Amino acid sequence: MNMRLSYGMGFILLVLPCSLLVAFTHYPALKALLNSFWNNGSSIRPSRFVGVKNYQTLLEDDKLMQVLINSFIYAIGTVPLAIALAIGMALLVNSKLPATGLMRLSFFLPTMLPMVAVANIWLFFYAPGIGLASQLLNAVGLPSINFLGSTNTSLASMMVVAVWKEAGLFMIFYLAALQSIPTNLKDAARLEGAGSVRIFFDVVLPLLRPTTIFVAVNALINAFRLVDHIVVMTRGGPNNSSSLLLYYIYEVTFGFRDFAYGATLTVLMVVILGILAAFQFWVLDRKAHYQ
Amino acid sequence: MTEGLNRIAFATLAIVLAALWGLPFLYSVWTAFHPEKYSANFVWNAPLTLSNFVEAWQAAPFALYFLNTVILIATVLVANLILCTLVAYAFVRYRFRWAGFLFSLVMVQLLISPEILIVENYLTLNNIGLTDTIIGIALPYLTSAFGIFLLRQTFKTVPKSLDEAAQIEGASAWRVLWTVYVPLARPVYLAYGLVSISFHWNNFLWPLIVTNSPEVRPVTVGLSVFATVESGIEWSLVNAATLMTTAPLIVAFLIFQRQFVANFMRAGIK
Amino acid sequence: MKTRLKMAIPLVTGAAIALTAPAVQAADLEFYFPVGVNAPAVATIEKLTNAWAAQNPQHTVKAVYAGNYEETTTKALTAAQAGDPPQVAVLLAIDIFTLIEEDVILPISDIATSPEEKAWIGSFYDGFMVDTQFGGKTYSIPFQRSTPVFYYNKDAWRAAGLDPEVTPATWDEMVEMGKKLTVKDDNGNVTQWGTRIPNLGLAGAWLFGGLVKSKGDGLSTDTGTEARFDTEAAKASLDFMLRLAKEEVMAPGGITWGDTPKAFLEGQAASIWTSTGNLAFINENAEFDWGVGFLPGGDGPGAPVGGGNFYIFKDTTEEERAAALDFVKFMSTPENQAVWSMATGYVAPSAAAWETPEMQAYAKRLPQALVALDQMPHAYREFATFQRARVTQFLVDAIEGVITGGADPAAALAEAQDKADDVLGEYR
Repeated sequence: MNMRLSYGMGFILLVLPCSLLVAFTHYPALKALLNSFWNNGSSIRPSRFVGVKNYQTLLEDDKLMQVLINSFIYAIGTVPLAIALAIGMALLVNSKLPATGLMRLSFFLPTMLPMVAVANIWLFFYAPGIGLASQLLNAVGLPSINFLGSTNTSLASMMVVAVWKEAGLFMIFYLAALQSIPTNLKDAARLEGAGSVRIFFDVVLPLLRPTTIFVAVNALINAFRLVDHIVVMTRGGPNNSSSLLLYYIYEVTFGFRDFAYGATLTVLMVVILGILAAFQFWVLDRKAHYQ
Repeated sequence: MTEGLNRIAFATLAIVLAALWGLPFLYSVWTAFHPEKYSANFVWNAPLTLSNFVEAWQAAPFALYFLNTVILIATVLVANLILCTLVAYAFVRYRFRWAGFLFSLVMVQLLISPEILIVENYLTLNNIGLTDTIIGIALPYLTSAFGIFLLRQTFKTVPKSLDEAAQIEGASAWRVLWTVYVPLARPVYLAYGLVSISFHWNNFLWPLIVTNSPEVRPVTVGLSVFATVESGIEWSLVNAATLMTTAPLIVAFLIFQRQFVANFMRAGIK
Repeated sequence: MKTRLKMAIPLVTGAAIALTAPAVQAADLEFYFPVGVNAPAVATIEKLTNAWAAQNPQHTVKAVYAGNYEETTTKALTAAQAGDPPQVAVLLAIDIFTLIEEDVILPISDIATSPEEKAWIGSFYDGFMVDTQFGGKTYSIPFQRSTPVFYYNKDAWRAAGLDPEVTPATWDEMVEMGKKLTVKDDNGNVTQWGTRIPNLGLAGAWLFGGLVKSKGDGLSTDTGTEARFDTEAAKASLDFMLRLAKEEVMAPGGITWGDTPKAFLEGQAASIWTSTGNLAFINENAEFDWGVGFLPGGDGPGAPVGGGNFYIFKDTTEEERAAALDFVKFMSTPENQAVWSMATGYVAPSAAAWETPEMQAYAKRLPQALVALDQMPHAYREFATFQRARVTQFLVDAIEGVITGGADPAAALAEAQDKADDVLGEYR
């Protein structure tokens, strides 16, 4: 429609709601940039302008380097795995196998749970000795693994938790996509003698591309946004092996009470997300057409 | 022949995957219903008990936490429905300068959600004195870019002829909105509502730093406060508390499974 | 113990304070406190708080359970920054420097100025008062103080052919006895470890402080500007932990604090190093004969002191301060200290508490409770400096890096020392 927007209407329809949004999205981003040029103050030592000093600290921060590497591995690891599992689950649930309702329940349930609940469940599951994971390992004669207490396994353990929670949600999106694939396409392929596997890779998968893009974007955003399990299970440890960027921001700001460095890290995070967004845009532009 | 074997392999895979997937949750449930002694020892016929739930319920004000969560999600949902409708309406029905720019600006929130900017948002809230309040938790989320996106897509599909017809009959912009656009978007409102409720029920980090007192703590923060211990962790209690806090969601899901799934699917497609 | 001689003074003082305190103007108090899942503890706090409220109907007091220590401190600081602090809170003793830097607390010695009140301040054990001092003033009053002790499974001792009344006194003895206590199954997997010392996170750093003390050094000093990480004692302590794992006395890798009592009760560890605050929990749930001893030490016994103290906040009115002080005095009367100590296992911080009939009976029923008290002369203040959270994290990272990631102890400690010096340099 092309109606003219009066100032009054504009105010109610746009200005009011959007200013709320801007106040908690764009304004804080700019504020973080501003605050990153001041140092951290306290009651007895007030804060002063320090230019790019915080950024120098940032560049020299080994812990940050570890955190960024972790975040990168975490994103690269969880996104494809969640997608692959989601497609698999969707195929299973969509098939003629018995008890698909129960399967769907089992796969989707973790999505309904808050991440803190998931974290508690897995904290118990991973507990050395008394947790089910250890008991299962011992039952087959393998030694217990200290999942959360070892620098080698803590990040991977967190990734498993994230995938467990997310894959079910993505399964639903794939289910929708699968059910909207016209059967005549598959029938035509079968007539030409293609087996199930070929049908899947040549017919079904390409048609799932839009969903995959949507799911990948979501998963990527969540990989940065959701750190509840880190807070509850490992607190970034041991020795920062499971610390992710948002968790580090939380630790620095609310643990060490260094709001200035927290602001600096926030700027970094926004920049990283911006680059990711630009990258996604580029991918989207090139790939599927998506209603 | 291979098709048959394939089917068996497939079925086995399905069962194993579904079982493994459900294992952590099932173990948690099992532990919640058995005394602490058995929380590390899986004994088939160990005695069931409800005492963990009773003890957990009494150890922290879970009723209050639930109430807070309900108030929170209701507030956010109502605000979302109203505000997102308004903005989507503006983008679809009107032409104005900066429309494209404004829309891109709003969509930024899809990527940079309020938790990302937790440091500054906390300071903002502090400056306006709304820390430790439920409205404080809700504030950054009242206008949701996702909601705007969904509703704009939906409103776009409303036939212009309906709109024009209503105008001819003298309807104001508000009447047109209420009688033409909103009813046609009802399924999307439902879908979006579920997504919103689910998201805000589960939100943790932001409410954690915003709230101090039990009076405003939502259930997720209450659970974590309950579970962080200075002395030993009692797993049967923690699992009972975890189950308690998620039970409403699970029950709702079991009852409305079909609708939930259908609505998430719809939200996904759009 | 010298403390038993001081018995008379605090009892009389307590009575004197109660009788002579002037009527205080009405005030609404908010009281933040941290406890664990141990549900009776929360109920006990509420019971005590209500008792004070009943005795002082002109005031109201709201006890707010704010989570664990870290969370409670964060909440209190956040509230203070928002201009609405609690009037009184139990926070970590070691938060003193942070609280002073943020300028949110008042020295108790500035409010409690009468001679009786001064005597009251002096009635607590020195070991618990050391970390309340800064700049010559007393900033807090001990309340839930703890120290770790060595819990051991006497039945496991007997099964290993050890005398169930003898615990290891030195690190070498710990290794010796531990080797006998570790039990493996037919597959070669360990079913019972000789001992279990939590080493992850802040709890790990806490216990680490005790190890360092037992080698004759400390992790920090009372200036708040010095961190002593790169010391022989610290290195020896890390070597000891590694040795325990290598000799298969203790599980290798990261060991959590929270699961430790449970592991003990399940028989997964024949002995554990954990807070005396777990005494009640273990007592209720142990299905075997158990005892408590001093922590084995490097050159002699050593332990850290931890736990929470009462702080009174600055952004308060005269009436609120007076009421808060009265509340604190009430909570630290010998009788109430006894109630609290018996409910939790925390060490009652004044001699008078141990002399009350209830505590005497309790000590008879549960002699294990006395060990923590007897270990006090060998205890040292917990690590505390300005920017404590940040600096402690350097130590935590170093310990975790060595234990779970195979880092070299000397290098890790040197690195932690450098980082600490960088941060603390600004305060010197």
